[in-house]
Amino acid sequence: MQQGLSKRIKSLQFAFLSPEEARRMSAVKVITADTYDDDGYPIDMGLMDLHLGVIEPNLRCRTCGGRVNDCPGHFGIIELAMPVIHVGYAKEIKHLLQSTCRACGRLLPDAPPSRPEAVYDSEAAPAARAREPKEERSCPFCHEVQQRILLDKPTTFRENGHKITPKEVRARLERILDSDLPFLGLNPKFGRPEWMVLTVLPVPPVQVRPSITLESGERSEDDLTHKLVDVLRINQRLRENRDMGAPQLVVEDLWELLQYHVTTYFDNQTSGIPPARHRSGRPLKTLSQRLKGKDGRFRSNLSGKRVNFSARTVISPDPLLSINEVGVPTEIARGLTVPLEVTAHNLEFAKALVRRGPTPPPTVEGRYQSGVNYVIREDGQRIKVMDKNAEACVELVQPGCIVERQLQDGDVVLFNRQPSLHRMSMMAHFVRVLPHKTFRFNLCDCPPYNADFDGDEMNLHVLQSQEARAEAKVLMKVQEHILSPRYGGPIIGMLHDHITAAFLLTYQNPKFTRSEVTYLLSKLPYEVPPPAGTEKDGSPYWLGKQLFSLTLPKDLTLEFRANIWNRCTCAPLHCPHDAWVVIQEGVLKAGAIDKKAIAYEKGAVLDAIARNNGMDRARQFLDEMSRLSITAISLTGLSTGIDDEDVPEAARKEIAAGLEEVRQRVNDLLEQYRKGELEQMPGRSLAETLEVMVRRELSKARDQAGEIAGRYLGMENPAVILAKSGARGSMLNLTQMAGAVGQQSVRGERLLRGYYNRTLPHFARGDLGSDARGFVNSSYKRGLSPTEYFFHSMGGRESLVDTAVRTSRSGYMQRRLINALEDLKVAEDGTVRNTAGTIIEFKYGEDGIDPTRSFQGEPVSVDEILAAVLGDRAHPVLEAGPDAVDGAPVVGEEEMDLQAEAQLEEETEDEEPEETGGEEGPEFGGE
Amino acid sequence: MPSEKKESLESLKARIAELARKEGQPLPEPVVATLAGRLRRLKLTANEVTRVVQEVARKFQRAEVDPYESVGILAAQSIGEPGTQMTLRTFHYAGVAEMNVTLGLPRLIELVDARRVPSTPMMTVYVDPKVKSEREAVQRIALRIEVTNVPDVATVGTVVEELKVVVAPQPALMRARGVTRDEMEQALRASLDVRLFEMRSGTGSGEGRSFEIRAKEMVAGAVKSKKEESVEEMPFKQLLLASEAAKAVRIKGVPGIKRALIKKESEEYVIYTEGSNLDGVLSIPGVDASRTTTNSVFEIYRVLGVEAARAALILEANRTLAEQGLGVDLRHLMLVSDMMTNEGDVRAIGRHGISGKKTSVLARAAFEITAAHLLRAAIIGEVDELKGVAENIIVGQPITLGTGAVNLVYRPVRAASAPTEVA
Repeated sequence: MQQGLSKRIKSLQFAFLSPEEARRMSAVKVITADTYDDDGYPIDMGLMDLHLGVIEPNLRCRTCGGRVNDCPGHFGIIELAMPVIHVGYAKEIKHLLQSTCRACGRLLPDAPPSRPEAVYDSEAAPAARAREPKEERSCPFCHEVQQRILLDKPTTFRENGHKITPKEVRARLERILDSDLPFLGLNPKFGRPEWMVLTVLPVPPVQVRPSITLESGERSEDDLTHKLVDVLRINQRLRENRDMGAPQLVVEDLWELLQYHVTTYFDNQTSGIPPARHRSGRPLKTLSQRLKGKDGRFRSNLSGKRVNFSARTVISPDPLLSINEVGVPTEIARGLTVPLEVTAHNLEFAKALVRRGPTPPPTVEGRYQSGVNYVIREDGQRIKVMDKNAEACVELVQPGCIVERQLQDGDVVLFNRQPSLHRMSMMAHFVRVLPHKTFRFNLCDCPPYNADFDGDEMNLHVLQSQEARAEAKVLMKVQEHILSPRYGGPIIGMLHDHITAAFLLTYQNPKFTRSEVTYLLSKLPYEVPPPAGTEKDGSPYWLGKQLFSLTLPKDLTLEFRANIWNRCTCAPLHCPHDAWVVIQEGVLKAGAIDKKAIAYEKGAVLDAIARNNGMDRARQFLDEMSRLSITAISLTGLSTGIDDEDVPEAARKEIAAGLEEVRQRVNDLLEQYRKGELEQMPGRSLAETLEVMVRRELSKARDQAGEIAGRYLGMENPAVILAKSGARGSMLNLTQMAGAVGQQSVRGERLLRGYYNRTLPHFARGDLGSDARGFVNSSYKRGLSPTEYFFHSMGGRESLVDTAVRTSRSGYMQRRLINALEDLKVAEDGTVRNTAGTIIEFKYGEDGIDPTRSFQGEPVSVDEILAAVLGDRAHPVLEAGPDAVDGAPVVGEEEMDLQAEAQLEEETEDEEPEETGGEEGPEFGGE
Repeated sequence: MPSEKKESLESLKARIAELARKEGQPLPEPVVATLAGRLRRLKLTANEVTRVVQEVARKFQRAEVDPYESVGILAAQSIGEPGTQMTLRTFHYAGVAEMNVTLGLPRLIELVDARRVPSTPMMTVYVDPKVKSEREAVQRIALRIEVTNVPDVATVGTVVEELKVVVAPQPALMRARGVTRDEMEQALRASLDVRLFEMRSGTGSGEGRSFEIRAKEMVAGAVKSKKEESVEEMPFKQLLLASEAAKAVRIKGVPGIKRALIKKESEEYVIYTEGSNLDGVLSIPGVDASRTTTNSVFEIYRVLGVEAARAALILEANRTLAEQGLGVDLRHLMLVSDMMTNEGDVRAIGRHGISGKKTSVLARAAFEITAAHLLRAAIIGEVDELKGVAENIIVGQPITLGTGAVNLVYRPVRAASAPTEVA
């Protein structure tokens, strides 16, 4: 059975279905428009004929004899009384009629060219087809004068105003020679053109259109069945009328009606005809609608499939779990299973497992024990194991059968949060079965999933095969994704409290007593190190940096600037602000550990460990750091409240005076503008110039107020610690709370919408002053005045709308990108190729380097290698900075970064003075 | 043997490249250059240099991509995922506060769509090195680039009683724009339809002397176009026509360039323009064609070719992302650009571009316009080779990338029965 080889479909051939083939594959000729008789039994030769397959439990299929689950369903057929056009091919038929002689069916010489490859070319093809022959032509073979063919959408053909019946159309198409077909874009091997005009209509099996029984016992038929009933009914009437020799007019009307029904059977959204409706007025969902669009068969059922062995619940954090683990609630663990193939070697084990039944009691230590839900016998029979029959089931276990074992600690599962925007949205975790009802994981895993715990839910999938488990363990484990392929840096790292804690632990190197150290290390596998010194009273003390260093690999040597660096130029080892981080041989010598060191997207320490010491060590570092930081922060505690933004009376006066001054300056500008004394900027109108200058003044005002407030907010302030260490929030947020909120804007302009020439009736028409155009003088702490509050809401509304629009736009862009690039792969020769084998790139990324393994985009870190190979001798070049060549005093990369950042900040502040907390904006009100 | 004196950078580079080749791992030029830059300032023995190069080569090899890596999906995700973090708004261009340029998500979408005209076309025009630091000279070039229409330097009015249009030049504006009355006259004469209108000098004197435009007396019996006939019948309409025509006359400048501003950038003056017309601007004397550029990728494709367009796409996409503070590896952007320019022209990502031309019927049907693709496939008897990702997902078998691209065959051997056979 299992040979390690799997069957593979090599290719699919698309072709026309010929009437003969349709008849051949049909199990029954459907002639009755009725479905069930009074007893609810399917009527013979009706749409629910038992030859078409069965959907009811205790009936057998008359074609294959199978029951509900065995019978795949069989096609039937409706013989149409008169031929009808297939809507999807109306345009194609028109092209064929125009290109061939109306009498002899031979190719006309100036037929619009139709290359087979033109079909792919969606832009060129319609253009070629649309070219109407201008002058009168005649056939070079039979000299018949050709007529102008028009397609009266959707399915009526006219020749010089006279209708050509589908019968006539079919007759003409039949005359086209096989040898002419390739020139017309058809392949004679896979279909004749006349098959585009239908003489028979295949009836899909009942499994395709099952009827549903409502609670009332009433039967409700599928839309397709309804449509087929219509077709049958009209078909019957048409046949009767035709055979009776009814007037031509009546027959033609019925024929057209049949055409309508067949058309809507294929596509109920054909333009030009009213959609067929259900009795309730709802348009019917026919064949085309079933396939199309987001909820259609293709995108909803074929490109994405529903799966078993999966679970979903709310998530919550657990800092004591490893980043590779996921906490699974007991209840879920009991419902998810792993197949265990029984062999001679594990027979006894499997039997013992089955003996436990589906709800084994906890072990003596009170731990969860996994049970068994099903035993699958060798013949494929599934036997549900219950507490009562567990002993009996043990007897069934023998080599060759499969035991479906419940989830237990250490199983590999896939964990996912939607939207799955990148591959880190689905990673492999090891199971830890835990009490309570949520999935739990380490907080460091939040950034890749983009998860938080305000009600987010996540999905979990249990792998069912050895290959899948092996692949997941090697490729998909969380630790393998610490470095992001997007930018070659860590995407998994510490956040929020971890950063604050690490900062508090290392900033200014605080002292800890023995009891504190014991507590701090209680969750870590380290002995208490020798004390760093003794106090005057003789009691030993330990230092924060010393404790942090415990988690570092012993060979780590690193030097960089911390997030708190504020352009000081101290010597790295002797910076009083702790802004230079120096790590030598795994010991933190100087500097505070903050965002730049350990956070996701930034963390230099993390990045270095992941690249130099391997993923296992990086995982260990993250696990230990999250434990250490959580204990550390619960030791000191950190809380912030509204009074953290208190500033002294003097400062408040100063801020008010500053704002008043700016208001005055703005008024001066307005005065100049009114008098026409304002100097116009090149390429700007006078009014625009005024706006630019006023905005410049006002943004200065906010910064000034913030600067004054900032003077009173020092490093002893918890909120400032949060901001400076990079844990959460920014100084801008704080100054908006303590100083002034600043200018509100919509579409990057000062507010101006609302009433005629003014924002609110509180102001004079045409008032361009700061207050009238949305400048908020108050701080969040003091509270906003009613008009300010209104302005603030205007800005806030915009950012909400922005987020809503953005998600849909970027979602579609990503769908298109994925679709365009999904097939590209690196071939064994290092080229990038698509499925057709076309070379897209000769060498991936021009250097063949995997961005994930790169050093921030560079193939290798030359400096690291120099330091590693040459040791201290490399120092002179390293200090000069990465870009220094030939001793020229070039600005270091980081410095440039900072300059660029500072510039960017200035610009964004200039343009976006409001900062309405948009980041958190759309999240209130739950998920 | 310590390297005597200072070796030249070039020879050091060559030495490093040679060493790397010997290691069996040739290094790309940028790596060699950085390495040479560093090593040059250290006094190292040849042995040490070799060790460094060996280590670099080893690390380089370790960082190479694996075969069958799904680099396309990686690139798409790396560009798409940060899209959710981008802004939707237009920001001022970093250089000139007076100009608005689309940035953020809309710009990225625009690039990926391969739009013919960007929503805010813009050019950065560099000037010949000889005059680049002279403000006056650069200003003159800017004026030649910027479009000046008649209404920019003159008032256009109609005198209904006399059925004439009066164009009154404004000497002050004309000086600012560097336009003379003669130039204006020439432009007016060149663009007005002589069969319809005639122009004479009007009142005023010197540079400010106005022009008067009237309808021409029709020659009886001449063959008249429809337009002429209607004009004859309705004199007021004719007046309106004349006034509109006069207003539309371009006196000078490159068509499409609405504004040109100059800005000092370190040592030189650079012209930034609103509106873009690459070939037009490049043909202006004094413009440095090797550095001048536009943000319209299509124009670059048309004027400079597909390789330039590829480079422009990478540059623009990278700039857009970097401006938002989002780091995306350049290799991802390269792959997208290479895909878009693979066929020799710039094709959009999406239904009308790459996705619509995929070889697989199923993949196309799954993307957009499902029914049409399936119907078409039957006509030409298309075959789906099931080589891509989407097709294989649809039929329910492993995809052909990554671990799905290789097969591992394990033939279990019963240890007792055939111990000699190697598995």
